[in-house]
Amino acid sequence: MKNYKTIVLSNHEISPDYFRMRILSPGFAAKAQPGQFVMVRTELMLPTMLRRPFGIFRVGCLPAECDGLPPREYMEILYKVVGQGTKILSELHQGDRVELLGPLGSGFDLGTPGKAKLLVGGGIGLVPLFMLGEALIKRGEKVRLLMGGRTRDDILAVTEFERSGVETYVSTDDGSLGENGLVTKVLERKLGKHPDAEVFACGPTPMLSAVANMCAAHNVSLQVSLEAHMACGVGACLGCVVKGVGHSDSNPHYLCTCKAGPVFNAADLDWGKAVVAGSDCAGGGCK
Amino acid sequence: MSSHKEKTMPVVRPSLAVEVAGLKLKNPVMPASGTFGYGEEYAPYFDLNRLGALVTKGLSLNPKAGNPTPRIAETTSGMLNAIGLQNVGIDAFVTAKVPVYRGLQTPVIANFFGNTLEEYGEVAKKLNDVPEVNAVELNISCPNVKQGGIVFGTDPSAAAQVVALVRKALSKPLIVKLTPNVTDITVIARAVEEAGADAISCINTITGMAIDVKTRQPKIANRTGGLSGPAIRPVAVRMVHQVVQAVKIPVIGIGGIMCAADALEFLIVGAKAVQVGTANFIDPQAMLTIIDGIEAFLVDEGLTDINQVIGSLKL
Repeated sequence: MKNYKTIVLSNHEISPDYFRMRILSPGFAAKAQPGQFVMVRTELMLPTMLRRPFGIFRVGCLPAECDGLPPREYMEILYKVVGQGTKILSELHQGDRVELLGPLGSGFDLGTPGKAKLLVGGGIGLVPLFMLGEALIKRGEKVRLLMGGRTRDDILAVTEFERSGVETYVSTDDGSLGENGLVTKVLERKLGKHPDAEVFACGPTPMLSAVANMCAAHNVSLQVSLEAHMACGVGACLGCVVKGVGHSDSNPHYLCTCKAGPVFNAADLDWGKAVVAGSDCAGGGCK
Repeated sequence: MSSHKEKTMPVVRPSLAVEVAGLKLKNPVMPASGTFGYGEEYAPYFDLNRLGALVTKGLSLNPKAGNPTPRIAETTSGMLNAIGLQNVGIDAFVTAKVPVYRGLQTPVIANFFGNTLEEYGEVAKKLNDVPEVNAVELNISCPNVKQGGIVFGTDPSAAAQVVALVRKALSKPLIVKLTPNVTDITVIARAVEEAGADAISCINTITGMAIDVKTRQPKIANRTGGLSGPAIRPVAVRMVHQVVQAVKIPVIGIGGIMCAADALEFLIVGAKAVQVGTANFIDPQAMLTIIDGIEAFLVDEGLTDINQVIGSLKL
């Protein structure tokens, strides 16, 4: 990992309150693993502005241009404006300076080749699943994305998943796009069809809890990508801990989301109560 | 070809070296306990040998789990935290973390705390036997469980008692870290000096609270937390100034240092060294920028030694 002092290449609102930021990041793509994250801040903010954690959406390279611009490697984040930090980020323009720390954390394990791969994304939780889908497709796997949101505005980047070869199933709570209902309803059906599937999920805590219960009942493996409030992103502040399996008040077992995660085997976490306290993550698209 | 001389200017770099409680530091900048893990977390970002010293996360006799989450919240120009002193415990520290310090060319200061006087004494004894630990920093901002939970560091006699006890158990330099949550910090400072402290570091975080107006709940699960960051710096500079006036032992200044100029404020009022905390979270290389900035300041000012700046306050 590295601290990039770099610039914004583009920053667009792609759906109400959802933004997509492309950041110049030479040498980043080769290092980033599916499910890892970055800590971003702008240099224009107040000096104390803590970085915000964001899952890596995708990496790429802009071609060289005839006016002499060389090829430019970039990475992208998708984020939702949920508080002051993300509001400030959403107001950045091309050429504005940002600092990017990453890639950080431990990402997805690609699982056993040949088993059906079910990716479950809730709202902004689809972010870390894109590179996972790409990596699985590259390995010749059959990948399905079950994408849920409250309304159609919360369904993002589905066409990009499709273009990369992922079969997508959309559901919304209000039926404004795709199937009417929760994403877990679709998952239940898919697990019935593919009893040997491996599941990868990211989304709000209630969704993850439901997915974890369902996968446990079907006895299929589940990896989840969590989000948490973070100050440092490198395991120093201990602000982002989650409860590991076997946690109790007398025998506590905390894991750092930034170091041990953000991707965990669901079996390693204590799903007894909400694993992550508070779902109003400060970072929007964050881990 | 051997006559080809290197074209380098005969630049004399100013000396940043300071001495605190018998510890020789190559520069006056070190991390504040709890913001730098055990050091290894930041090793990928820079050479730890560049630091004046390394200060560990607070250690206790037994492993400590810490508080429920959320543990942190950003506030205007600062952050609140209530981590709850989560740490691996002294024994795991010695077996798992200390070996990392063996090749280090910079002093290691182990920060520690206890829930009772006895615990403070036991940890001090254990730390005394670890050769890789060059000095200790005593956190007295903890409640004394046996005496109704009053915080050691807010009562002069309790503070003196714990410092005297640790002093007896330990032959290494003893730095005592003071809490600002008192009416008069100089009373506590004099008490710990008399009890045998070799140096004082101040200030720890200021107790604060932040509320989520939508949920009507505190933003951190512990309800209150310690405020750090530039929001507290003027308070910290004032308190360091007062403590420097009140005691003869060296003082290490802490509180919201983000850049070299912030560090210089503390040095000018008389701190021999500084600790950088919250800034590490924002920029993992913050301390390097501060060290380089202090050196650049000395060059700009035509000074050759950081000690010309320390205590140079004009009133």
